[in-house]
Amino acid sequence: MMTSEREIQFRNVSVRYAGAPNDGWVVRNVSLDLGRGEFVSLIGPSGCGKTTLLKLAAGMSTPTQGSVTLGSQPITAPGPERGVVFQEYGVFPWLSVRGNIEFGLTLAANRRDAAERAVIVDKYLALMGLGDFRDALPNTLSGGMRQRVALARAYAVNPEFLLMDEPFGALDAQTRLVMHDLLLDLQRQEEKSVLLITHSVDEALYLSSKIVLVSARPARITEIIEVPFAYPRDESVRATSEFVRLHAHLRARVMAEYAQQQREDIANTLHPENR
Amino acid sequence: MLKSKSLNLDDSDSAGCRTRSGFGRLRAWRRVALLVSPWLVLLLIWSAIRMVSDKYAGLIPSISSVLGQGYELLLDGTLASHWAASTLRVLGGVTLGVLLAIPAGFALGWYAGARRVMTPVLNFFRALPPIALIPLMIVYFGIGEPAKILVLVYAAFFTSVVVLYEGISRIQPIYINVARTLGASERELFVRVILPLALPHVLTASRVALGVGWMTLVASELISAQQGLGSMIQIAASYFQLETIYLGLFSIGFTAMLMDFLLVRLSARLVGWQEQVK
Ligand SMILES: Nc1ncnc2c1ncn2[C@@H]1O[C@H](COP(=O)(O)OP(=O)(O)OP(=O)(O)O)[C@@H](O)[C@H]1O
Ligand SMILES: [Mg+2]
Repeated sequence: MMTSEREIQFRNVSVRYAGAPNDGWVVRNVSLDLGRGEFVSLIGPSGCGKTTLLKLAAGMSTPTQGSVTLGSQPITAPGPERGVVFQEYGVFPWLSVRGNIEFGLTLAANRRDAAERAVIVDKYLALMGLGDFRDALPNTLSGGMRQRVALARAYAVNPEFLLMDEPFGALDAQTRLVMHDLLLDLQRQEEKSVLLITHSVDEALYLSSKIVLVSARPARITEIIEVPFAYPRDESVRATSEFVRLHAHLRARVMAEYAQQQREDIANTLHPENR
Repeated sequence: MLKSKSLNLDDSDSAGCRTRSGFGRLRAWRRVALLVSPWLVLLLIWSAIRMVSDKYAGLIPSISSVLGQGYELLLDGTLASHWAASTLRVLGGVTLGVLLAIPAGFALGWYAGARRVMTPVLNFFRALPPIALIPLMIVYFGIGEPAKILVLVYAAFFTSVVVLYEGISRIQPIYINVARTLGASERELFVRVILPLALPHVLTASRVALGVGWMTLVASELISAQQGLGSMIQIAASYFQLETIYLGLFSIGFTAMLMDFLLVRLSARLVGWQEQVK
C-alpha cells in the first residue's frame, strides 16, 4: 500500500479564460487541500468552475494566479499518480472493455506483464459488473456501463489520487446507490485521496470526509463541511438524524447558489453587454 | 426506409441486428434483387433509347454487341492487358499519393498554424485539373510511365491531404487527456491514441483518392499510352468503335466500384468501432 503523505494543495488559485463572463474570471482565490486518504466532494452550480478546478489538479491546465502543488512541487502536467475520471468518460472507442481497463497498464509508466494485467482486469470487471462485456466495444455499451469502464480504467493503474468529475452523472438513481457502496468498498480496500465533483448532496454526504461548497461563477469556496460519519459507512448512515440535518442544511445552501448562477446566466444572456 | 416489420423476416441474424441497417436484415435473395434492380433499370433505359429511333440505334451500340466485343477482347487478351496497365497505374499512383499525404496530413492536422498557412496553397493546387497539367508533365517528365503515375500521385495527394487534416484536426482532446492522465508518453500517445483515431480518416482519404484516381486515369493516359483502358478508349474513338468505348467505360466503372467495395469492407473490419449514423 502506498503511504506517502503527499497532498494536493490549491493556494489562492484564480483562473481566467479570455471571453468568459465576469471579466473572464472563472475561479477566484480558491485555497483547498486534498490530504492523504481524504475524500473531498465539490458541490456547486453548473458552469461555476468545478471542472476547471479539477483540471488544475489533473495538470491539464495551470492557474492564472496562485499555485497548485503536489507534495510542494507545482503541478504542470498529468501524471499516473493522479487518476482522472472525466465528465465525458473518454472511453476509447477502438478498444474493448478489457483493452480500455488495461490501457494504463500497458504504458511504460505503469507497465505490468500480461498475467498481472489479466488479474487486475478481471478484478475490476467483476467489481464493476462488466464481466460479460469484457470483449465488447464501447459503441455497444450503455452510458452507465461506459462510465464504469472509465472508473475501472482509472482504478487499474492504482493511482494515489483519484479525481472524478461527476462520475455517476449518467447513472439512474438505483445504480448510483450501488456505485456509492462499490466506491466505499474500494476505498476500504485501497484507500485513495479522492476529489469528487457532484451535484448530489446525498452522494457527497454519503461518500465524503469533507464537502466543499462552491459559489456561483466565479468559483469561490463558501463553506467547508467536515462530514462526521466514520468509515466504513453503510446505508444506515442515511437514516441518522445527523445525516438528515446536514442534508437539509447543504441542500438549502446549494439551492441558493444554484439559483444565483441561474439568475446570472439568464441576465448575461439577456444583457450580454453587462458581462 | 426498409425498417418495416414485414421485411424483417430474417431468422438467421435477427438476434445480432441491433446495429445493422434495414438492408442488412433482408433475406439474401431480396438483398440481391435490390442490388441488381437499379442496373436492370439502366439496361432497360439503354435498350429503350435504341428503340426510339434508328438514329439513336446507330449511335448507341446494343448491349449484346458490347458484350460480344468484350468477349472477343477478353479472348485475345487485349482487355486484360489494358485493364492491368490501368489498374496498376491507379493503385500505384493513389498509394504513393496517399502515403505522401499521410505525414503532411498529420502535420497540418496537428499544427493549426501550419494549417492556416498551407490551406490556401493546397486549395490552389487542388483546383488545377490534372488534364491541364499534362502538357507541363510531358515537358518536365517526358512521355514515359513516370509522367503518367505522377499525374495520379498529384491528384491523389491533394484530395487525400485535405480529408486527412480535416479529420485529424477534429480528433477529440478528451482521448488525449485520458491517455496522458494514465501516464502515456508523447510517443505512446501518438502510437496508441492518435494513430487509431486517425485510421478512419486515412481510410476515407484512400477511398476519395481512389475515386479521383480513376477519374484522372484517362487524362494520365493521354500521355501517349499504348496500354490502358484510357488509351483503349481514345484509340477506339479515332476509329469510331463505339462498342470498345463503352467496354472501356464499363471496365473503369466496375473496377472502381469493386475497389471501393473492398475498401469499405476493409474499413468495416478495421474501424467498425466507430459510432455510426445508421
Ligand atoms: N477553455 C475554456 N475557454 C473559455 N471558457 C471556458 C473554458 N473552459 C471552461 N470555460 C468557462 O468556465 C466556466 C466554468 O466551466 P467548468 O467546466 O469548470 O464548469 P463546471 O462547474 O464543471 O460545470 P458543470 O457542472 O456544468 O460541469 C464556464 O462558464 C465555461 O464557459
Ligand atoms: Mg464540469
